[in-house]
Amino acid sequence: MSEYGKPTTEKEFDSNFEQIKPVMNATEAHYESSRCLYCFDAPCVTACPTGIDIPQFIRQINTQNISGSAKTIYDSNWLGNACGKVCPTEVLCEGACVYNHQDVKPIEIGRLQNFATDAVIERKEQLYTLAPKIGKKIAIIGAGPAGIACACELSLMGYDVEIFEAKEKPSGLTVYGVAPYKILNEEVLKEMEYLQDQFGYTVHYNQPIKGMEDLSRLEREFDAVFLGIGLGETRSIRIEGETLENCVGATEFIEELKMDHLNTPVGKRVIVIGGGNTAMDAASESARMGAEHVILAYRRGKDEMGAYEFEYDLAKAVGVKGVFNIQPVEILGNGKVEGVRFIRTKVENGKVVNVPGSEFTEACDMVVRATGQAKQETFLDQIDGLELEWGKIIVNEHFQTTNPKYFAGGDAVNGGAEVVNAAAHGKVAAKGINAYLSGS
Amino acid sequence: MADLSINFAGIKAPNPFWLASAPPTNSGYQVMKAFDAGWGGAVWKTLGVPVVNVSSRYAAVSYGGKRMAGLNNIELITDRPLADNLREIEEVKKRFPDHAVIASLMVETREQWHQIVRDAENAGADGLELNFGCPHGMCERGMGSAVGQEPEVLKTIVGWVMEVAKTPVIVKLTPNITDITVPAIAAQEGGADAISMINTIQSLIGVDLDNLVPYPNVDGKSTNGGYCGPAVKPIALNMVKNCAQIPNYKLPISGIGGIENWKDAAEHILLGAQSVQVCTAVMHYGFGIIRDLKSGLSRYMDEKGFATIDDMVGQALPNTKTWEHLNLKYKVVASIDEDKCIGCQLCYTACEDGAHQAIGLSGEGDYRIPHIIDENCVGCNLCSLVCPVEECITMERRDDGTEHLTWKERSDNNNIPTTFNDELAGGRGHWIPKPEDALKTGHYDKFK
Repeated sequence: MSEYGKPTTEKEFDSNFEQIKPVMNATEAHYESSRCLYCFDAPCVTACPTGIDIPQFIRQINTQNISGSAKTIYDSNWLGNACGKVCPTEVLCEGACVYNHQDVKPIEIGRLQNFATDAVIERKEQLYTLAPKIGKKIAIIGAGPAGIACACELSLMGYDVEIFEAKEKPSGLTVYGVAPYKILNEEVLKEMEYLQDQFGYTVHYNQPIKGMEDLSRLEREFDAVFLGIGLGETRSIRIEGETLENCVGATEFIEELKMDHLNTPVGKRVIVIGGGNTAMDAASESARMGAEHVILAYRRGKDEMGAYEFEYDLAKAVGVKGVFNIQPVEILGNGKVEGVRFIRTKVENGKVVNVPGSEFTEACDMVVRATGQAKQETFLDQIDGLELEWGKIIVNEHFQTTNPKYFAGGDAVNGGAEVVNAAAHGKVAAKGINAYLSGS
Repeated sequence: MADLSINFAGIKAPNPFWLASAPPTNSGYQVMKAFDAGWGGAVWKTLGVPVVNVSSRYAAVSYGGKRMAGLNNIELITDRPLADNLREIEEVKKRFPDHAVIASLMVETREQWHQIVRDAENAGADGLELNFGCPHGMCERGMGSAVGQEPEVLKTIVGWVMEVAKTPVIVKLTPNITDITVPAIAAQEGGADAISMINTIQSLIGVDLDNLVPYPNVDGKSTNGGYCGPAVKPIALNMVKNCAQIPNYKLPISGIGGIENWKDAAEHILLGAQSVQVCTAVMHYGFGIIRDLKSGLSRYMDEKGFATIDDMVGQALPNTKTWEHLNLKYKVVASIDEDKCIGCQLCYTACEDGAHQAIGLSGEGDYRIPHIIDENCVGCNLCSLVCPVEECITMERRDDGTEHLTWKERSDNNNIPTTFNDELAGGRGHWIPKPEDALKTGHYDKFK
């Protein structure tokens, strides 16, 4: 089936993973921005988790006030550039565009957002003047979208910010997890560099915060701590054969692929287990990496998949075959994966029930488990007084945890959502930290 | 099929669509190409003592993603020798004997006028158009709009032309004047056979914000030019109407200004034009637009039962009155079609901030469809104009059509407000929110 050969050069990789939202040129941006109706109390703004004043930034593009436009975006969202590309705009701003009600193509808000922010990043334009230092230090654990957003906001207010990042690159899943056809790694990292240059916070890479000792040190040395730790590794599905070679977790598979475009092993017949957006990504990416058959196996019906419809469409478009109402019973193989034994299921009163005697085997040479990421309870349990619910950190409206010195945001709080949600949390949490430390 | 042919002041043409005197009629090459494409006539780029033009001549207003909503030029009359132009006029007429070729003329002295009129007619021109309209460059030399702005001078020069002219003489008027009817009457008094309008409007298109030089830039300097294109149509239509309504006025009018499609042309004709002239649209899209002009007008005439252009000329004039004759009892109120509404709320903010606070929002959840507050609606049309959806907001008639009362009638009956706080003020009784309430709307708090 595969229309994609296994990429052997970066050029081939880029071609297999052609950008689905390429950056606009000035002409396209001009005409597209001209179409915006400038709605009153615009629904696109309401739909944006960071509440960017979208009609305003589009108007600024149209009046060639590109720096002003980028500032409008960054005023609300510190990952303005990345979000333009990686946001599920189809279900957020663009999905809310009133043009949809008229069967007119909605404004390409994401790409316009990218156009404006690209310009200032390219020019390394300093859009903000930092407030004088107020002599207070904040530690941020995790340089993901929530942590970076929090760092930018705090730095702007005059705080000294240090970020502790376990990995060697900033932006979390934006660089390690987002599908390559949505954004290029260098684009993500350019914005990260742009932000750090502008706000001057420190990032300690390869410095995971592991246990009590690390935490106590942070509590001693810093006035507040922000937890932007995201989620852990792919959860086990607790069936036989999970440890076979070529049975991988989706998060880990995608991360490897993102970091090494050409040498990440991908099978010829790949089975992806799961029905969320990560499953769609893993399936799409397998196909684009040259897999000949990619099956997406989901234990419920198609309509119950957690993935956005457009994400499933993207996977289907590259030849991924969805098979529904089946769940794996055992991963077969001798050392290496050779197949998956499934059983058919049906949904009764909302619950998945196996259909007795319906087992069958599907041959494959790779299994990708896209069955969700584990929570980081073991680590979080070490923080004094920090309460969790289903493994998620409990926070108030200021994103302050039940231990007042700790704030949190992003996937660790919402259990796994979009970059834009994390960016929104980080910003609000920064304001919360400021209110907490200034006693207001 | 409607008959599109015309006889304009004795100048015959297969259709009313003429190219205006401008860059598209600079040469026989262009005019022949235009006739071949289907244009009915052409007014040749103004002949006179050849000029020297500058490089960088045009500048434009682009609006809402549309290029050249308005065009400004600082080009002068022909810069080609008269003999070349005359030879080409002759060639065109030979090849297209049934198409109208009108020579636009602009010179200074009586002798020059006599000479150039004879030359143009000898070359075969079907008529003459006296350029009393050019508002840049030539007017500084006492020609063009300098003449159009001085009715007595205009009349004198028309007189000089009429002394020798054998073909119909059209006087092209400048809009850069307070009352267009004054030079129109002067043209008639001078003996002209027709008038045409409007020439371009004196204008300055904008300033290059980087180097502070207005457009178009000629070596770091600029000058005012003449404005034309779609943006000027309303000004042209009003002037055509004004001239067409001069009591006992005899001269036919050739309508010029903002004609880009058949609808624009139809409007000019309905307001009194007997032929129309096009320039900017051709400079933008080429001669090919004639196909839409002809097919659109022809279809429209069939639909309306106009057999000839003459049947159609001026048909909107009886419906064009001075303000004092409008019915004050007529009452319309906006109505929003909820099925068509897309919830942009532009009507709401337009009415709220820009008109009469006659549109409300439900304020409930995601429901975004506004509603009209009938008692506040003055029927101004604004909401229907800003609405991006065709026929979503319509204006519904609310009076029963039996009453008719004009300002003139009220005035004649001493029933109009005459003092500053008169009881008869039209706005009395209209609901207006308290000034302080503005600060409670919170409309612009979100982005402070």
